[in-house]
Amino acid sequence: MTNLIQIERLRIYYKTLHGDAKALDDVTFTINDKEILGIAGESGCGKSTLGNSLILLKPPMKYVSGEVKINGEKLPIDNNTEMRRYRYKKISLIPQYAMDALNPTRKIGGIIRDLVGQHKIKYEEIEKRLHERLNMVKLSKDVLNMYPFELSGGMKQRLVLVISTLLNPDLLIADEVTSALDVSSQKAVSLMFKEFRDREIVNSIIFITHDIAVLYQIADRIVIMYAGKVAEIGPTEEIIANPLHPYTKALIKSLPNAGIRHTKEKLEGIPGHPPNLINPPAGCRFRDRCPFADENCLEEPPLKEINKGRLVACWKVKDL
Amino acid sequence: MKEFVHFALKNTKFKIGLVILLFFIILAIIGPYISHYKDPLEYVSMSNLPPSRENWLGTTTFGQDVFTQFVYGLRSTFFIGLFGGGLATIIGLLIGFIAGYKGGLLDDLLMMLTNILIVIPTLALLIIIAAYLPYRGIGIQSVIIGLTAWPWTARAVRAQTLSLRSREFVNLAKITALRPLKIVLEEIAPNMMSYVVMVFILQFAGAILAAVGLDFIGLGPTRGISLGLMMQYSVLWNAIQLGMWWWFVPPGLAITMIVSSLYFLNIGLDEIFNPRLREE
Amino acid sequence: MLRYLIKKLYIYILTFFFAVTIDWLIPRFMPGDPILVLVSRFSGLPESAKVMYGYLIKAFGLDLPLWKQYLNFWIALFKGDLGISIYMYPKPVLDVIAQAIPYTLVVLLPSILLSWIVGNYIGAVAARHRSLDSSMLPIFYILTSIPYMWLGILLAWALGVVLGIFPIAGAYSFSMRPNWSWEFITDFLRHWILPFLSLFIVQIGGWAIGMRNLIIYELEANYSRYLEALGASEGLIRRYAFKNAILPQITGLALQLGTIVAGSIATEVVFSYPGVGYLLLQGILNQDYFLVQGTFLFIIIGVLVANFVVDILYMVFDPRIRLSLGGESV
Repeated sequence: MTNLIQIERLRIYYKTLHGDAKALDDVTFTINDKEILGIAGESGCGKSTLGNSLILLKPPMKYVSGEVKINGEKLPIDNNTEMRRYRYKKISLIPQYAMDALNPTRKIGGIIRDLVGQHKIKYEEIEKRLHERLNMVKLSKDVLNMYPFELSGGMKQRLVLVISTLLNPDLLIADEVTSALDVSSQKAVSLMFKEFRDREIVNSIIFITHDIAVLYQIADRIVIMYAGKVAEIGPTEEIIANPLHPYTKALIKSLPNAGIRHTKEKLEGIPGHPPNLINPPAGCRFRDRCPFADENCLEEPPLKEINKGRLVACWKVKDL
Repeated sequence: MKEFVHFALKNTKFKIGLVILLFFIILAIIGPYISHYKDPLEYVSMSNLPPSRENWLGTTTFGQDVFTQFVYGLRSTFFIGLFGGGLATIIGLLIGFIAGYKGGLLDDLLMMLTNILIVIPTLALLIIIAAYLPYRGIGIQSVIIGLTAWPWTARAVRAQTLSLRSREFVNLAKITALRPLKIVLEEIAPNMMSYVVMVFILQFAGAILAAVGLDFIGLGPTRGISLGLMMQYSVLWNAIQLGMWWWFVPPGLAITMIVSSLYFLNIGLDEIFNPRLREE
Repeated sequence: MLRYLIKKLYIYILTFFFAVTIDWLIPRFMPGDPILVLVSRFSGLPESAKVMYGYLIKAFGLDLPLWKQYLNFWIALFKGDLGISIYMYPKPVLDVIAQAIPYTLVVLLPSILLSWIVGNYIGAVAARHRSLDSSMLPIFYILTSIPYMWLGILLAWALGVVLGIFPIAGAYSFSMRPNWSWEFITDFLRHWILPFLSLFIVQIGGWAIGMRNLIIYELEANYSRYLEALGASEGLIRRYAFKNAILPQITGLALQLGTIVAGSIATEVVFSYPGVGYLLLQGILNQDYFLVQGTFLFIIIGVLVANFVVDILYMVFDPRIRLSLGGESV
């Protein structure tokens, strides 16, 4: 598999009144061609920061160090003007605020016309494709003549999917797109993403969510993040069936399984809460909540590849 | 509270506004004591004199000491700001809060009243009322300003109340069956405190400007002196043509600076209370 | 859309009723007798004064029961009869006001519109450049704190007396009569410029502050972020922000008409400019209750009509209103 995106030792901090929050602290992994990569973790683990930094790095986020490469060349994430060359055409975003992402006082067709015009594309050239995509997500062509406030939440979500992928980007960043939906809508929406990848409308997708169950449905690989660092990476099946990092184990354990009666096995949450990112503790960041922690864990564990495609950052995991 | 002081001291706009305002307040308080003359309306020197050692801001056409008039005028200005603005704030708070909290028919009626009064030009209303009053003092002036300036506050407070009413912590309190008054005092009020302070500051400024407007066109206090009256007399007695700038520049300048300082104080407070707006 | 208009109309009609009632009510419950004042202007024998008094009371309908007076007031209103002015006896109030209106409008309307355009533009510029913003915002606040009459006085003194460039009283020179000659027009403009500037300069501050805040809000909105993430230029984002920010400013125009009445009156007083505000002042000074009443009414009607026009304009520009979603928050 070829690498589409390579992220190396990326550090992105957040400026706050009390100091810098180390939202992404030395993160390294790759995104492969034609893959759906899930990025999972609890709120505040850095996954949204990661997704947004790849396309729009704005204050209060600040770039500290590290490199991102796309198809071998350096991605200038810290240079807002240069990033314009990549936005929409190479990298695109479905934001967390998709409900709100469109100008309320402009007709949707007009917004799209303006947007593609910014990339020197005439609306007429793209119109046919636009109609096909709308059809794919089961939206009528009539929406082009409507205003955003005339659509329901679900319609807006599908519309944003169409708009964001209109220029067939290499990488699509999907930020918490199913978080506000009910379970059946979640399934429908996530399968739509899969279809877009399968039909080669987009090349690869980063699917950011806190809900591992959704990733089980569509992700090829999963990156588990905790407190600004990567905890574990691996193919979806393996992560779910055989989690190695203590945090991942606890996450999987806290998922209800259909068909299992919980008189036998208790549903457990993870006691405690994530560390303060402004002054994170030394060593492994999961140390305080980890049932297996010992003095070795005062030193930060590196992300080791213990098997082909399987990486874990934990002293307790021996090479297989 | 400590956090407030910490951020307050760091905020430039707040500090500048406070300093200027305090300057004028102190001047209003001690001015009459440090002035050479005791009665602002008494003939004390030759007329039309420019500022000098004896008359720090010169004299009027009637030989009155402008500085004495000025400091007494400041007092009346602050009085109206405090009571006129205060009354308007209280009325606006009550009406806005009741309308927002109770809702229903009461809300509709109160809002109808508010919308009507918002459209009518305040000064025109004030003129109609003040023109027929047999006697006008700063007390009455404060009252009529307070009675006509509250509508925008009522509307804003109602919006605030509506948004707070539906917030989770209030619902929680309701579920735990706390009595309504307790809910109001303990859950809603503290969150609105900062808002109320800012509203009051704006009403204070507005009352001052309204009073100046009334005074200038001849509907000011029938006795005594105020900054607006100073400007009225100066224009009436051709101070402009005679170049007696010491008579008409200080009053207007003071009003401008006091109102500006109140606005600065307000934006400063807004930044202090809303962390999102703070600049680093 | 229709619902919106009807709701607005309803409020305006109610307001009109309310204002007219107050206008009618207050003089009658205050001490003071306008007829006495009128009679005293005609010096004569006490006997004839008594007869005159009785006659005028009847003529003005002040001997009728209150409810009848109220009704008659409304009837007269619809007939366009605002009574006879005492100050300018025997000129009808309506005529007196009609003569003054053009002078008020010619200063007021340009000052409102031009300050709106300039103020919004400067406010938008300040919103875009944070560095400019920190120095300009305090200036905007100071501008809007200036009492209108004080600026008028300052301009009159600085430009009129000290520098002697412009005249400071009246709408035109005493020696002239209104006509369309070039001479008159230049003279008129020279008298017009200072009152216009007094109103224009102060209003800029308010518009600039409002626009600056609105644009910042739009620039930080989610739709702006989305556009930027998808590679839109600053120019497109600014254009969208501007179009959205200008909408509440249009509503602001309606509210401004109410507040600017104060400024207009003050300015006319400073410059002895023969507009409606000046008339109001003369009415007060001369205890001409009918003139005061009529002028007040006129101001109210003017403000209500202008409000309604602006409401229609707003409806044209904001699609959320047109498609009757309860979006309007005014």
